[in-house]
Amino acid sequence: MLMKRVHWSQLGLGLAALLFSALAFANPERWQLNMTTGVTDTSAEVYQLHMITLWICVVIGVIVFGAMAVAMFKFRKSKGAKPATWSHNTTAEVIWTVIPVLILVAVAWPATKTMFRMEDSTDSEMTVKITGYQWMWRYEIVNYKGQPGGVNFVSRLERNSDATRQLGSGKRPQAVTDADGRNIYLLDVDKPLVLPTDTKIRFLITADDVIHSWWVPVFGWKQDAIPGFINENWTRINEPGVYRGQCAELCGKDHGFMPIVVKAVPASEFESWLAAEQAIRSEATQVAQIDSAPAAAAAAKL
Amino acid sequence: MATSNTAQHDDHAHDHKPTGFMQRWVLTTNHKDIGTLYLVFSLVMFLIGGAMALVIRAELFQPGLQLVAPEFFNQMTTMHALVMIFGAVMPAFVGLANWMVPLMVGAPDMALPRMNNWSFWIMPFAFVLLLLPLFLPGGGPAGGWTLYPPLSLQGGTNVAFTIFAIHLMGLSSIMGAINIIATILNMRAPGMDLLKMPIFVWTWLITAFLLIAVMPVLAGAVTMLLTDKFFGTAFFNAAGGGDPVMYQHIFWFFGHPEVYIMILPAFGIVSEIIPTFARKPLFGYQAMVYATASIAFLSFIVWAHHMFTVGMPLGGQLFFMYATMLIAVPTGVKVFNWVSTMWKGSISFETPMLFAIGFVIMFTIGGFSGLMLAIVPADFQYHDTYFVVAHFHYVLVTGSVFAIMAAVYYWLPKWTGHMYNETLGKWHFWLSTIFVNVLFFPQHFLGLAGMPRRIPDYNVAFADFNMLSSIGGFGFGLTQLLFVYIVWSCARGGVRAAAQSWEGARGLEWTVPSPAPHHTFATPPVIDNRVLAHGDVTH
Repeated sequence: MLMKRVHWSQLGLGLAALLFSALAFANPERWQLNMTTGVTDTSAEVYQLHMITLWICVVIGVIVFGAMAVAMFKFRKSKGAKPATWSHNTTAEVIWTVIPVLILVAVAWPATKTMFRMEDSTDSEMTVKITGYQWMWRYEIVNYKGQPGGVNFVSRLERNSDATRQLGSGKRPQAVTDADGRNIYLLDVDKPLVLPTDTKIRFLITADDVIHSWWVPVFGWKQDAIPGFINENWTRINEPGVYRGQCAELCGKDHGFMPIVVKAVPASEFESWLAAEQAIRSEATQVAQIDSAPAAAAAAKL
Repeated sequence: MATSNTAQHDDHAHDHKPTGFMQRWVLTTNHKDIGTLYLVFSLVMFLIGGAMALVIRAELFQPGLQLVAPEFFNQMTTMHALVMIFGAVMPAFVGLANWMVPLMVGAPDMALPRMNNWSFWIMPFAFVLLLLPLFLPGGGPAGGWTLYPPLSLQGGTNVAFTIFAIHLMGLSSIMGAINIIATILNMRAPGMDLLKMPIFVWTWLITAFLLIAVMPVLAGAVTMLLTDKFFGTAFFNAAGGGDPVMYQHIFWFFGHPEVYIMILPAFGIVSEIIPTFARKPLFGYQAMVYATASIAFLSFIVWAHHMFTVGMPLGGQLFFMYATMLIAVPTGVKVFNWVSTMWKGSISFETPMLFAIGFVIMFTIGGFSGLMLAIVPADFQYHDTYFVVAHFHYVLVTGSVFAIMAAVYYWLPKWTGHMYNETLGKWHFWLSTIFVNVLFFPQHFLGLAGMPRRIPDYNVAFADFNMLSSIGGFGFGLTQLLFVYIVWSCARGGVRAAAQSWEGARGLEWTVPSPAPHHTFATPPVIDNRVLAHGDVTH
């Protein structure tokens, strides 16, 4: 009973979001009914376009279905309705050809403006290369504020989700939660991509084996990762937070199990993360050199 | 009763129906029998494809994997689409064309009866090839019905099976289309001018041209996949200098007209049924014809709206967005014309009319989400999510499939000579309509909340609407068994149908007895404009 009450309250929350668009969910919620405004200017614009088109459709739907309903109630044979014999009306036909055209132009105009803005990836302060693999993502911080990034790692489904999602695992997806008790089943990774907020970030997106698609819904776009192509896109995150997404292009058996997690932090915090990662990497390189030295000596003896 | 039995006996005496299963069905060149074969085949495929959908919905009933492994889940999504598109919807429309086009234009049979036999009998072989890999080591194709490389090339022998099956289906479709065009252009009874033809015939004429134009393109695309897989070519292999995106362009150059191949005949059916039960001529007949032709033309220049996320140049995105939005105009004209046909009519609500009205409302909902999907920035969000799944099931299930069911109820009396059970028919309509909306409407919400399509398992946030959707899926699936029963019992017996089975029906098919004799219009009918729905073409 308690469960049920929770459901309805969450449904109410979803409805409220649909109607007032005031609540911005960063990650999917139960009973969520609508897209969110997201955490970038782009995602907010996309949300606006989505809502404009939706409401236009609702209005047209009310008119058309309303007319049908009136016809169905008023012009019934059982109520003795006598059929008219007319079968065309040029004025009406011209009106309902022209008005839709005007509506379409009214929608196309803001959409076009948004598209021009989304296309413009110039003046980025940072470049991240994303490579899709079956079934994981590789992230490479190519550069940050004019300096080489030199950080490169693989991000894959976190172990608890991975153990739970096995066929007949007997584990409950409901039990896979983060520290705050939020369910992160299939939406968590072993190592998230850390990105700075308020920074224009350019992404170079490709794949190594089959086509994947990189999608974090709160950024407002998805971009296919295609072997042999390098696609470009960009974002500027306005709010710190943990943002989750998934691969959006069928890529084989584990397509549903290669999530994306972006941890957005203020630039200063990002810089210390980057420095720490760089340090780990240079240490690792040194260790590798030391390890390979005896082998090289042995090879030289032969 | 006695007199009607005698009349029926007389009909049989003149029928010259071949006797024996082999003669009657396998070697048949009769358009009605071939139409029946197509329709029965389509119903069987509808049930097989439906069973696959139920496997999908059962696995998605709750989060976690309970029933099938992800690889098998992908085989189910892939095969469900291929079986429903090529096995259920397309053959159903071809079957309806076979049965009704000659009857509607006053022709004795299809123009090319032997080819007609061949184009049907290829189909069972095509579908044996398509379904066989499910029972072989390695399983069926699992790369999605669009067969995008490089993923589709990771399949084993099933790649070859699927491609040869598609080749056979394509052959069948092209031959069927040639036959329909030849019949419509050459076999019309004297006086049946093009602009007097029933609108169903018009929509099929245009559809047939679409089929001839795009099925060879699909055949070419999959043949390149075949040589990439087995003969070392690199058409779509980036490492060999090929281009995986090129496949998508070629595929959708087929794929988008294909969408209209599956909806234009449905427009035709609904445009026949609504005037019959509104007892009023179709509003704007010529506008309907021109709108159909415009939609067919536009279908060739919008293909890349299926691939806005591949990284097209801005100019390309703008072109395909504008072109796609334009389709809303002729489609809107059609919807407005159907509503105007009902306006000031004298409407009754027999089962075919219920399905036709259901079609208009729910197809329009699918059209609305289609318009939303055309808006490129919004499509970046909707693309490859459950929002798209909801969209195309609204236009394909509550669109095409509902229209096919409307057509079956509308013409069953003509085919079988009996009226179906009206009460059960209405139950079938209402149960289908309720369950199909429970099934697909929540999928809009899932997509907007961020659930990608083609995943076997999902986060707990998506659990509630998925469970609802699965309940709707099982309800809709089981309801179709009622449909099978209604059709079966109508074929077996029932109240005898008059030649003019529906009070308000117009057209040549209602001038022949019910059931339609084995041979009709051996001599061309004399056209009386009053029996035609569109005899008056002054406007």
